[in-house]
Amino acid sequence: MLPGFGLALGFSWFYLTLMILLPLAAVVLWTASLGPARILQIASDPRIFLALRLSFGLSLAAAAVNAVFGLLLAWTLTRYDFPGRRLVDAAVDLPFALPTAVAGIALAAIYAPNGWVGSIVPFKIAFTPLGIFVALVFIGLPFVVRTVQPVLSDLDQGLEEAAATLGANRATTIFKVVLPTLTPALLTGFALAFARAVGEYGSVIFIAGNIPYVSEIAPLLIIMRLEEFDYGSATAVATMMLTLSFAVLLFVNLVEAWSRKRLGHAY
Amino acid sequence: MPTDLAIAALSPARPKPALFTSPVTEAPITRALVIAVSLAFLAAVLLLPLLAVFTEAFRGGVAKYFESLDDPDTWSAIKLTLIVTAIAVPLNVVFGLAASWAIAKFDFRGKSIMVTLIDLPFSVSPVVSGMCYVLLFGAQGYFGKYLDSINLQIIFATPGLVLATIFVTFPFVARELIPLMQEQGSTEEEAALSLGAGGWRTFWSVTLPNVRWALLYGVLLSNARAMGEFGAVSVVSGHLRGLTNTVPLQVEILYNDYNFVAAFAVASVLASLGLVTLVIKSGLEWRFADQLSASRRR
Repeated sequence: MLPGFGLALGFSWFYLTLMILLPLAAVVLWTASLGPARILQIASDPRIFLALRLSFGLSLAAAAVNAVFGLLLAWTLTRYDFPGRRLVDAAVDLPFALPTAVAGIALAAIYAPNGWVGSIVPFKIAFTPLGIFVALVFIGLPFVVRTVQPVLSDLDQGLEEAAATLGANRATTIFKVVLPTLTPALLTGFALAFARAVGEYGSVIFIAGNIPYVSEIAPLLIIMRLEEFDYGSATAVATMMLTLSFAVLLFVNLVEAWSRKRLGHAY
Repeated sequence: MPTDLAIAALSPARPKPALFTSPVTEAPITRALVIAVSLAFLAAVLLLPLLAVFTEAFRGGVAKYFESLDDPDTWSAIKLTLIVTAIAVPLNVVFGLAASWAIAKFDFRGKSIMVTLIDLPFSVSPVVSGMCYVLLFGAQGYFGKYLDSINLQIIFATPGLVLATIFVTFPFVARELIPLMQEQGSTEEEAALSLGAGGWRTFWSVTLPNVRWALLYGVLLSNARAMGEFGAVSVVSGHLRGLTNTVPLQVEILYNDYNFVAAFAVASVLASLGLVTLVIKSGLEWRFADQLSASRRR
């Protein structure tokens, strides 16, 4: 039996309680003291309601785009060999490595009306909800690639060979054999990208324009309410965010469990 | 499944297709198209912003770049970021080592709860993480009155920045070490103990060397996050110039002052830090893959 169990466990629980449990307990307590009626009343304020709708709608849309292009990228990186593949593979983690504020001002500069992209498209991107969507696509992409990639590289290519010998053409094989087995991983990636997008702040606020009722995200409203010392409203917005996120993630998990069960295997 | 493994082991190595197209890959034209589309997407979404940071930073020339970096508020922001990181990261390293020792080497009740709680900060919005501490220690918070009476300021001061940074970087070290130490088991430690080494000696000379690259990996990621965190520290900082602005917050201030060259110059420093992190991280994944936790192997 190894020594040090008491010390390691004791310190771990102590530090965990102090740094994680206590702060989160504060949110739970504050939410409890508000009560559900008050929270719903605050959330039905048009400005907060629109911010929540914007955050969730755009996060779902961005996660969906990431699911499509993330799958394509994961496929390219695992199945094809081309010069610079390793470099591209490393570059996928760029949104994790680049501080969000840096990404935020860079995106704002590119998509502003006088920016590289903003000046060639005929419509406004920065300082509209579309700009928020662009930023959310940026930060969510690695989540999908990194969850699909390992499953794709572990996939038994014998299945594809079997499908081919049974006369399926390549497209049929991909859509009927490969994609269904990737669905659970793809949904996990979608859920992670979505969860990150809903709470994202740094990369969004510079490009959002933050126009009340139009391009104001929920995390920004939390900060504004805290700055006004209106802790109650801030907590209410946070609680609504957590509840709605939880509902979406639960739904995605159910779909994932269903697709796993339908396939009858364990990954 | 065992049968699958047996079949895989028995089947001879596949010959390289020479004159026919393999049935398990796409036509060359499709393949080229998929590569082109996915790489174009990657370049447009990920590389363009990186390029923009450096282009904007050097818009006024090299001299202007360095001139705009040399600002007392920027220097105090750099100092503050270094202080905050130097407190937050080592604390999380100690926790990561203690927690992974307990979780990987022993069985106890509540283990899965602990593992779940360690990962929790990753699923909380940075803004909400900052908010937790405001609810606890802010002027209207649970301990606000008490802290005021003993003249201790946490929110809008360095302690708040440290706490928020600890919260957002909490999981990095522990989640690198736990799976690796679980994989490695405790036979080597048991051997050291049976040969007469003490507990600490075993930890320093056996366990720590075995996990050193994974530890470095975790430190690297938490360091990058600690220096680049924006949302959580933004809530607790109060944005007092020269006092409570970390480097990312200084970028925001300069940007909102329409001082774009300086904002992008400071941002380029942070971006370089991110790039260095990415390079070392990839290097570790390629060179020491077998000494990192399984999920990091490529």
